[in-house]
Amino acid sequence: MKNEEHFIEQVKVIYRSLLWFCIVCFGLGFLILLIHFNPDLIKEEPTITAIEEEVSSDITETIRDSIHADTGLIKADGLTEVINNCTNCHSAKIIIQNRMTRENWLMSIRWMQETQNLWDLGENENIILDYLATHYAPKEKGRRENLIVEEWYVLEKGQ
Amino acid sequence: MNRRDFMSKTTLGALTVAVGAPVVYGHLMPNGYKPLALQDPDPFSLFKKDKEMKVLNDRPWNIEARAHLLNDKITPNHSMFIRNNGLLPENIDIKQWTLTIDGESVTEQKTYTLDELKTRFKHHTYQLTLECAGNGRKEFNPPAKGNQWGLGAVHCCEWTGIRLRDVLDEVGINDAAVYIGYHAADIHLSRDPGKEPISRGVPMAKAYQEETLLAFQMNGEDIPMAHGYPLRLIAGGWPASASGKWINRISVRNQVHDGTKMTGKAYRVPCKPVAPGSEVKDEDMCIIESMPVKSLITYPRSGAILKSGQQLNINGHAWAGELEVSKMEYSIDFGATWKACDLEKPVNRLAWQHFSASVSFPEVGYYEVWARATDSKGRSQPMLLPGWNPKGYLNNACHRIAVKVS
Ligand code: HEC
Repeated sequence: MKNEEHFIEQVKVIYRSLLWFCIVCFGLGFLILLIHFNPDLIKEEPTITAIEEEVSSDITETIRDSIHADTGLIKADGLTEVINNCTNCHSAKIIIQNRMTRENWLMSIRWMQETQNLWDLGENENIILDYLATHYAPKEKGRRENLIVEEWYVLEKGQ
Repeated sequence: MNRRDFMSKTTLGALTVAVGAPVVYGHLMPNGYKPLALQDPDPFSLFKKDKEMKVLNDRPWNIEARAHLLNDKITPNHSMFIRNNGLLPENIDIKQWTLTIDGESVTEQKTYTLDELKTRFKHHTYQLTLECAGNGRKEFNPPAKGNQWGLGAVHCCEWTGIRLRDVLDEVGINDAAVYIGYHAADIHLSRDPGKEPISRGVPMAKAYQEETLLAFQMNGEDIPMAHGYPLRLIAGGWPASASGKWINRISVRNQVHDGTKMTGKAYRVPCKPVAPGSEVKDEDMCIIESMPVKSLITYPRSGAILKSGQQLNINGHAWAGELEVSKMEYSIDFGATWKACDLEKPVNRLAWQHFSASVSFPEVGYYEVWARATDSKGRSQPMLLPGWNPKGYLNNACHRIAVKVS
């Protein structure tokens, strides 16, 4: 009897240990999967100060990593100057939408200085122009582009 | 302390922290300039806009529709594009709101309260098409400056108000009058009270048209804030920027109005056609008046997949600035052949017209349905982009939707 009780007790201990082992394995597996699909989870919260060091290297690595979250501007040399001087009146969205040559960016700046109260940019002007002309340059799109379909859907008869 | 004060005191400090560097040339930045995009409220609930509207800019607000959102005959507020040049007026008190008529060519300057305008003059209601002159700018090559509008910066709402000409006649204007220019309560992006974000206008002939209104209602209700509450000038068929929002003054000028965005390259195109990308001098640019003929397929939305043999019913709207649309056609073979659509007459002058057609496809495959309107003077929409111009105005190229038959 005693032996039997002891045996049952031992089985229970093994059972519990196994159960815990399974739970831990399962949990670990889950975590690994999560991190695999979501590598950001273990990365440190990126700070804006990091931009300057990080950026000069390669801005084409991945689009997501090269965009400054608050403004949507491309992270690269000159970003700080652009944020400081170009997002005061309007948001950066008006910059991001546009594509211009260096000459035309300069013309836009002169227009804002003459008519819209934009200040003298001092030696930042060249930094800003380099940034804009490099990252927001025009690209050829011909006289009419192909249609881009956001989503194909089935249109039922009689709809 | 209100929200703005709080922000101005904390923002520069916060910016320094956020950017991790002192604001270089901060001393050149006049007081009151706050860099850093502050989180703006959700525009969809703020302006009661459809969630599918596309926000081009949040400061100032520039929001456009997609073609399928414009399917209603009268555009509801939730599908109307917003083109703001400055910040929304603050603290509007309609009891205090006045409209002053002044300028070189009035007999005597006169000021009306809103109540006086509403009670002294006869009310009129019209459906009027307003399209941003830059609608379609996105397609120009080389790219043109400004908000990159796709095709959703157009609407046709029902506006109720009084005729501008009734007011001008009561005030009394002299023979030297050439142009009217509006002034409004919106705020320049730099917050400089001495600057107007926009102050445009129209020649006397347009000001005196029956349909040119000082409107206080839209679709039977007070005009929504983003669309000019409490008073908007409506000049249908012309660039929507001529229809000033939040107006509190109209100047009757003895010259072409020279307010903000009347001069330079704003709302102007080269007087003589130019090659794409040309530099054009300001004096060679001419003011845009009537908008050109154009149309939109508003049903179905692009991307429909049909079964072989299934008919496709399309519908949409067509408009032609000052003119009427006299013919509407569609093509499923990239313009090689065109077939007629049913086209309704406009409800009133300057309202858009509705068209529909039942389309069948000869075999399975990828198709584009192209729509082409022709105005009463025989001018049709081009299939390619029309003449390039520095600011990318007046793109009236045919609208098209993609369809697959499987
Ligand atoms: C003092 C205020 C102010 C500052 C600072 C400012 N802008 Fe602007 N900018 C304006 C105004 C006002 C407009 C017209 C906005 C509109 O029409 O919606 C404008 C328009 C633009 C446009 C659209 C051009 C067009 O023709 O409509 C671009 C691009 C632009 N700004 C880029 C910049 C860049 C780059 C900087 C930094 C060098 C900058 N802005 C700084 C006031 C400013």
